[in-house]
Formats: sequence, C-alpha cells, structure tokens
Amino acid sequence: MCGIIGLLNKDGKRIDGRAIKRGLSIMNERGNGQGAGFAAYGIYPDYEDYYAIHVFLDNMKEAKTNVEKEIERWGYIVYSEEIPTNDIRTFEREQIPYRYFFKPDTRKLLGHNYDEKDAVVKMAMRINSKREGSLVFSCGKNMGIFKAAGWPEEVADFYRIENYDAYMWIGHNRYPTNTPGWWGGAHPFGLLDWSVVHNGEITSYGTNKRYVESFDYKCSMLTDTEVVTYLFDLLVRKHGLNPVLAGKALAPKFWKDIDRLPQKERLHHTALRMAYSSAELNGPFAVIVARSEGFIALTDRIKLRPLVLARKDKTVYVSSEEAAIRAMEPDLSELIYPTAGEPLVETLDVVV
Amino acid sequence: MNAKGSESILIDATGLDYRQLNKKVRGAVKDGKRNILISNVLGQRFIGDGIDKNVEIKITGTAGGDLGAFMDGPVIFLNGNADHAVGNTMSDGMIVIHGDAGDCLGHSMRGGKIFVRGSVGYRVGIHMKQFEEDYPTIVIGGSAQSFLGEYMAGGVILVLGIGRDEPVGSYIGTGIHGGVIYVAGEVDDSDLGVAAKADDVDEEDMKVINDLVDDYNLYFNRKVDTKGMRFTKIVPTSSRPFSNLYTNE
Amino acid sequence: MSSHYTPPKYDVSVDPARCRLCGRCIENCSYDVFRKSGDKILTYPNNCVVCHRCVAYCPANAIQIKKVSTPYRDHPIWNNEVRQDIYNQARTGKVILGGMGNIRNYPPIFDRLVLDACQITNPSIDPLREPMETRVYLGKKPKKLEFTGKGDDVELKTELSPNLKLETPIMIAHMSYGAVSLNTQLSFAKAAKNVGTFMGTGEGGLNQKLHDYTDNIIVQVASGRFGVNPDYINRGSAIEIKVGQGAKPGIGGHLPGEKVNKYISETRMIPKGTDAISPAPHHDIYSIEDLAQLVRSLKEATDWKKPVFVKIAAVHNSAAIAAGIARADADGVVVDGFRGGTGAAPKVLRDHVGIPIEAAIASIDQKLREHGIRNEVSVIASGGLRNSADVTKAIALGADAVYIGTAALIALGCRVCGKCYTGLCPWGISSQKQELVDRLDPEVGARQVQNLIEAWTHELKELMGAAGINSIESLKGNRDRLRGYLLDSNILDILDVKTVGA
Repeated sequence: MCGIIGLLNKDGKRIDGRAIKRGLSIMNERGNGQGAGFAAYGIYPDYEDYYAIHVFLDNMKEAKTNVEKEIERWGYIVYSEEIPTNDIRTFEREQIPYRYFFKPDTRKLLGHNYDEKDAVVKMAMRINSKREGSLVFSCGKNMGIFKAAGWPEEVADFYRIENYDAYMWIGHNRYPTNTPGWWGGAHPFGLLDWSVVHNGEITSYGTNKRYVESFDYKCSMLTDTEVVTYLFDLLVRKHGLNPVLAGKALAPKFWKDIDRLPQKERLHHTALRMAYSSAELNGPFAVIVARSEGFIALTDRIKLRPLVLARKDKTVYVSSEEAAIRAMEPDLSELIYPTAGEPLVETLDVVV
Repeated sequence: MNAKGSESILIDATGLDYRQLNKKVRGAVKDGKRNILISNVLGQRFIGDGIDKNVEIKITGTAGGDLGAFMDGPVIFLNGNADHAVGNTMSDGMIVIHGDAGDCLGHSMRGGKIFVRGSVGYRVGIHMKQFEEDYPTIVIGGSAQSFLGEYMAGGVILVLGIGRDEPVGSYIGTGIHGGVIYVAGEVDDSDLGVAAKADDVDEEDMKVINDLVDDYNLYFNRKVDTKGMRFTKIVPTSSRPFSNLYTNE
Repeated sequence: MSSHYTPPKYDVSVDPARCRLCGRCIENCSYDVFRKSGDKILTYPNNCVVCHRCVAYCPANAIQIKKVSTPYRDHPIWNNEVRQDIYNQARTGKVILGGMGNIRNYPPIFDRLVLDACQITNPSIDPLREPMETRVYLGKKPKKLEFTGKGDDVELKTELSPNLKLETPIMIAHMSYGAVSLNTQLSFAKAAKNVGTFMGTGEGGLNQKLHDYTDNIIVQVASGRFGVNPDYINRGSAIEIKVGQGAKPGIGGHLPGEKVNKYISETRMIPKGTDAISPAPHHDIYSIEDLAQLVRSLKEATDWKKPVFVKIAAVHNSAAIAAGIARADADGVVVDGFRGGTGAAPKVLRDHVGIPIEAAIASIDQKLREHGIRNEVSVIASGGLRNSADVTKAIALGADAVYIGTAALIALGCRVCGKCYTGLCPWGISSQKQELVDRLDPEVGARQVQNLIEAWTHELKELMGAAGINSIESLKGNRDRLRGYLLDSNILDILDVKTVGA
C-alpha cells in the first residue's frame, strides 16, 4: 500500500524532521511497520562539497574494513562516523548505519570517459552488488536518506531526525508487496542526490530493470522502486532531459491523445515513446522523486494511486493524503489535484 | 433531513485513531444519539461505515478514506475535504461535502445521495447500481476527472462544472449499461468511453436536473441557475455492449 | 508395385447411400483421388494428402477419410517414417523435399511457459473499458533524445529515423509470389491495410496488383534478388534483407519449376518452368561488414527513407549475429525459429537445423541489452506462432513484434497438408494454376485473415490487462511476467525466466 509525503521550502528555509514525522504517521494505515524512511536535503552544510555516503554495515569488523577499502579505491574519506541513533525498544537493530564524507579522486578519472558523478555511481553499484556485509543507501552531496524496517515514528526517533534541518524532506511508510521488510528494501531509494519514494507496484519492472542494467546500473535492492531512481538518473543526468520530459517518458500520454495533438507536440510525445519505450512505467504508482533542486511528483496514467499537492506561502507539500499534509500545516492556501500521468515539478527559487 | 429528537453528542477526534473514533461513533448511535458532531477530524477513515440508523453526523476537518462506506441510512455533513471512496458501496442515506473529494467516490453505490460542493477525482460513480426505483445519485458542483461512471449500471450523476474549464475528463461512462450522466456544457465524442453515447436533454431530464440543482443550492447556500445552462446527457448505446465479442470453444 | 511399395496412409471412402453423384469431389480434388465409374465414385487413396477439399465441398457429407496403417513391427529407432524415407531414397537417389514446418516432436517451449496475472498487489486492467495500447513502431530508434529550450517551450533536436507504425504487433510473414498465389498475397495485403499492420512480399517480387497496398507492404531482398529494381525497393514501406529462414537455415529459397508459370517467370525474370533457386548466401555478403554495405546501399538507393530489416534463421550464434546486424545500420533483426514454414525445403534441413524461436529471441534481446543497444533496433520473431498466447510470450521474451506465416495461411483455409511444392493446392493458396487460384476470393480471404489478427490482438489485450499492463512497451522483454513449467534450469537461464513457484 504505502504512504508517501514530501515538502519543499522554495526559499531554502530549513526545518527539522518533526513535521514530516507527524505527517507520515497520520498515514500509518497505509503501512505495516515493515519499513519507513526519510530523505533530507541541505543537512550537511559543513560538508556540502563532499558526497555523504550512508552505509548499512553488518558489523564493525570485516564489513567496515571491506567497504572502506572499496571507497578508498575511488577517492578519499574526509570524515566518517556512525550515524547518531537512539535505542528504540520496539525496533530490531539489524544493521549499523554509518556515514562517510567522501571526495572522489579526480586523477583516477583520467583516461576514462566518465566523470566524478559516474564514479560515485559505479562505486555504489559495486559495493551493493558485491554484498560483502555493507550496502550504500545514500550517496549525494549535502543530503541524506534515513531508513529502516519499522514504523515511521520509530525510524524517525531512531535516526533523531529532529536534529536535522532541511529545506526539503520526503518520507515513506511501507507496506511491502513482494519482499519482506528489510532495511535495504525501505524507501527512499537513492543514487547521488536523487531520492525516490513510491506507492504502488511497477508491473513493467522486468522491462525497466533490464533496460537500466544495459547502462551499468545494477538493481540489487529486490524492490521495484529502485529502478525509478535509476531511470531518472539516466534520463535527466545522463541524457540531459529536463525533468518534465523525463516524467513524460515514464508516464506517456495515450496514443489516442497524442494523435490529436498539434504537430510539434505530437512529434515530441511520439519521439519520447519511441526512444524510451523500455523506460515507460506501468502499473499503479504515485512517486515523489527528489533531487537538490526540488522534487517531481508523478502518478500513473490512469491514476490508480492517490496524490495531492498543497501550498502555504513558500512551502509546497505533496502526499498520498490531504490529512497528512494538514497534520504538518493545517492552514493551506491552495490544494492541487494532479492529472494522471502529468509530472508536477517544484523547484527552489534560490540557490542554496 | 433533520434527525428527530434532541439527543446530541460531541466527539473530539483529536489524537484518536480511526478504530477508537468509530467505536465512539457506533457507541453513540447505539445509545440512541441522533445528532453526532465530530470535530478535529484529520484523516480518520471509515467514519460512518456500516451504520444503518437514520442518524445525522456532522464532521469538521479532513475526512480519511471510505467516509460512509457500506452505510444504509445516515446523513453525513462534512465541513472540509474528503479522501477516496466516499460512500463506497452505500445503500441509502446522504453525504454532503462542503469541499472536494478524492477518487472513487460512490464506488458501487446502491442508493442514497452524495452532494459535493467542489470537485472530485477519478473513477467517480464506478459501477453504480439500480433496481427499479431504488437508485443512487451523485451531484458534483465542480469538476470530475476521467472514468466518470465507469461500468455504470444505474443511478444518476450530475456534474455542474462551476468555475472549472473542463467539467469532465475522458473515458466518460466507459462500459455504461444503465443509468444516466448529466454534464453541464458540451461533451466531445472523443471523451466518451466505450458503449456510451451523448444526447441532448429533454424535459424529463431537465426536471431531474432542476430538482438536484435545487437541493445543491439548498445544501451549499449557492444560487446556481440552470436557465441559460446547456446540459449533455450520457447514456448507454445498448444494454449488452460487449455481447458480440465472443465465439464458443 | 515394387519392392519399395509404400502402402497408403489414408483410406478415402464414399458412402453410396449418401452420395448424390454430383461429381464435386472429382472437380475439387487436385490429386486425382476420385473418378466416376458407372453410378459409383471410386477412390484411389494413395494420392490423398488430407487437404480436406473434398470433405468441405461434398454437399451430402458422403466422404470419409480415415487414417489407416499397415503395421510394421514396432521398433524404437527404425520407425515407419525412417523406413519409408529410406525406401524413397533407395528408389530415387534424391534429397527428400517437404513443405511447411518442422514435423519433429521437439516440445514447444511456449507450451512450457505460463503468464502472470495481477492479484491484489496491483490491479488488473479491463481492456474493454480502459485504454490498452498495442501500437508498435518498428525501426531504428535514437539512443537518447536531445531537446533545446526550457520549460514548456522545447524543440526536439534529435532526428528520428523512419519507422513503421503498427496498430498491433502481429504482421503477416513473407511468403513469396510463387510459393503462394497472387490471390493469397492480395488477401494478405487487404487484411494488413484494414488492420493497420504489414505483410511481406517474400522473395518473389511485387506483382502489379499489389501496388495499391504498398503502404502496408514490406518488400524482401533475398539472395536471388527476384524482382528487385528501384521501383520495387522504393514502393515498399520498408525493405527486408532475407539472409535465411527458419525452415531451411543455410540455404536459399526454392520454387519448383511446376509453379513457375508465365506470370512468375515475368515477375522473377527467369525462364518459365525452371526451378527458381535462390543461392545459399547473398553473394555479396560473405561477412558482417558486407552486410553493412548492403544495408547502406539499399538505404542510399531509397534516400534513407525506408527502414531496412535483416532476416536470419535462428541458429546457434543468433545473438552475436543480431548484435552485428544492429551495428550494421539495420533498423531491425527478424529471426525465424526452426518451426518456420516453407513451400519447399529439404526435409533434413527443415527438421534438423536451427533452434527454437523462444531461445533465439531471449538470447538476442539479452545480447543487445548487454551491448547497450537493445532500444535502438527492433527485434521481430517468427516461426510457428500458433495463437495469441504464443505472441504474448514471444513479446515477453523480448520481441517488439511478430510475423505469422502458417497461421495466416490456415486462416485462408490451409490444412497444412504440406504439399505446397506440388503446385496442386486445391484451396488456391499455394498453387499457380489459374483454375485453382480462382477458388480463393481475396475479399473473403482478407476478411478471414483480418478476423484472425483482430481476435488475437484482442486476446493479447486481455492477457496484458490481466497482468496489469496497459501498453505493450511494458510487456516487451518483461521476463518477470513469465514462469517456466517443467523446463530445465539451463533453458530457464537462457530465457532468463524463473520456474513456477519462484
């Protein structure tokens, strides 16, 4: 089932995690305690030039040594520590969340046709497919994902998200459809500064997964949502599509509607469907895809999953349920009901 | 519409999860309360679910999903927006929403009425049913999105489109085989679903529409005037639109 | 009679109580099974090929055809067929020729694959009332799209290559004018036009009567280059270079002289009555770089306005070959599995060479993905696709679209008797004798083929809807929606499909 939620302050004003915890908990009916998570942007201003690599470690011995060895093959660990957590009684502590502030070694890129961001992606894919006791679950600059197998309040308290100040938060309350709750399977899924939360099930997963894997992404999290992250990274970062076009590729208009568009738009939509046929997402979904500049909200073409957006002053909210938004902000100035399959993009008005 | 008797109760929903809240509501009904006021609702689901007494429930706040699901008789007034599946499989009674509502409102409705001041989402009135004179009614003041009246087998839907550029979406009445949908304004044939056709309204239709608009104006204190408004009616092309599809093994 | 006499396989009897002596059986049978003697119809069942023409046209239901067999002593390896083939070859010293597709008992992999449906975790979709899209574009696609501009005001910079637009993924396979009759081709052309799909000319050229339908016709350039002139390649909506076919991998087309009448002679530019043999390879393609030259030369000849596909038989190295074809500027790879049909092929090649289409498609799809180029070319599957379930599974294994050959012929009335090479087809489908060809009315034939494709397309939509998919792109290569039932782990690995229960 799942519940998703997000908020963005377009002026870059930061708030702590209490609001999103409150909003997400209203939707506990949509989850079943098998996973919850948050992504927060703007939380590491002192390390904003470094990639904040969040890792789950199975143990503090070989798992830690192995992952550090791999990270150091690609660059320098400038600072590292266990992510501060609380002891939550009702919560199985399966893994140790750790963070590394990392700078890629640009000398290692000479002679290769990939850049720094590609290097970080390759590093994360390698660690996650090798499975030597560690898993990278967040690897962007000045942002971080915090997730585990538990209820939103438990996960929020575990990670002490009230101690982080972010201009954008997204959150997820999980009711897994196909895999048991495990920390790696909780949302958000992240890659670089992308983070994705998703409600629904992707029936085209087999097609999408094979498409992204032919471009060196590796789906290792046993959850369909992971592929949405890689699709956005591929289409937006690697191919240079703007997020609205990427959204239109992933949730394309129906041919019956494309056939009636004026010539230029008809060409664009036809080209998107032709070139990106294997990127198209099918099945019920509502997703919030965040990156440093803001978020993209998208539903499937026949709106099988709910989504509502709202505004109050310079903050924009998005969630599966209006009540969850009102739990964060009771006094809203505008409610927006998205059209099925139409991407809604909200971005910062300032540079942070 | 007004419940008899002066037995009222105020329930504050703050901090209650839906099970706790609905238990109180059902308890109140059992206790003979005829007027139940619920304040500070924030996303609680299933309010009024399964209640079959003619009680009046007035709610302020944002209702969660399945408001009035399976109900058979009560009148629910909501001062705020509703979530998905309002009146899901309801048999009788009335729901009046001073706000907007989400997807699947009136899903499998079998009787009773729903009035929405504002707009609604996708798949509204899906699979509404009717038997002789027992039929459900849905009146929308604003707009409805696609798949309105999908699989409709009976009942009446009226969309007024007030203040909205497009009163309805696409695939209207797809699979309709009974009942009627009235939409204010013109409906493009390309927006009709399979097995649906658009017609002009006649005097009988206008009588039905005017009665419903009078009710709408009463509940929402508005002055919608059907004079000068054009309506399109959407009805089935046949009672068996898909019988020609199959051949025997 | 001789020492190698083969007893007849069938007994044909006419019930004298029912028979009206109308003589229709005599008129209709091409194989001289019936003759009138006094007030009786006598039969010579040795000639019967079970084409059913007599049974279909007898107004009194008086004809019965039974399978009879003079038993041989049972033997696990020296079975009847083996024995008879040896008698045949001892008598004649020749290569045994057969028609239609592989008759060996290899179990069809499609029959060991099952499809998924949605239950609870996501909804199935109703294809009647909700949108269900089966439109396919075949041809070269860009690796990525480049747009200039910002926000809503963008312009597409990337140039798109010409593609074919199909409203259904089912196309009608290439069957040459010569192998089949002109009325067969006309039936196909009309059906393709009405459905919004394409048919193939096969390697026999394009008869003038089909010129009105070329918006829905793919022209074939095979090793014999029959009928290939600038008009031909420019009229077609697309061009297919036929390198091989599943029924006879490694050899070229074969039209026996019996079927080369004056019209075939004119269209193919060969003498009347000679055998039209296409060479085994294209004699200008001895290596993959040569193929690239042919592809580009055809594109130059048509001003790069037509997609060019390359058809290969499914052989062991299909995946690598397909990758080479993709890099040779071809718009798509057509792969024909070992069940593919033919008008005439040496039996030993038809039955023992080539691999199943299921395995070929799966490995080609995978190989192209490994190279990061799968989304840039189209992959089309053919070879014994019998129903909409086969079509759906072929797409789930990685095909963009399919060709149906034998099934389309059956839609016209073919009984798959396998005697196409005699030129005596009593249905008018694979004969060139005018009195037989006239029996096939293209309007009726077109309606029948159109019915078949429409019925299968609807069933495909039902299967997609059951699996919660509403556009065919999301079914393509979606192995996760298939499961293997009683397939061994090796073949499951190749198909990249899990076993049932997993």
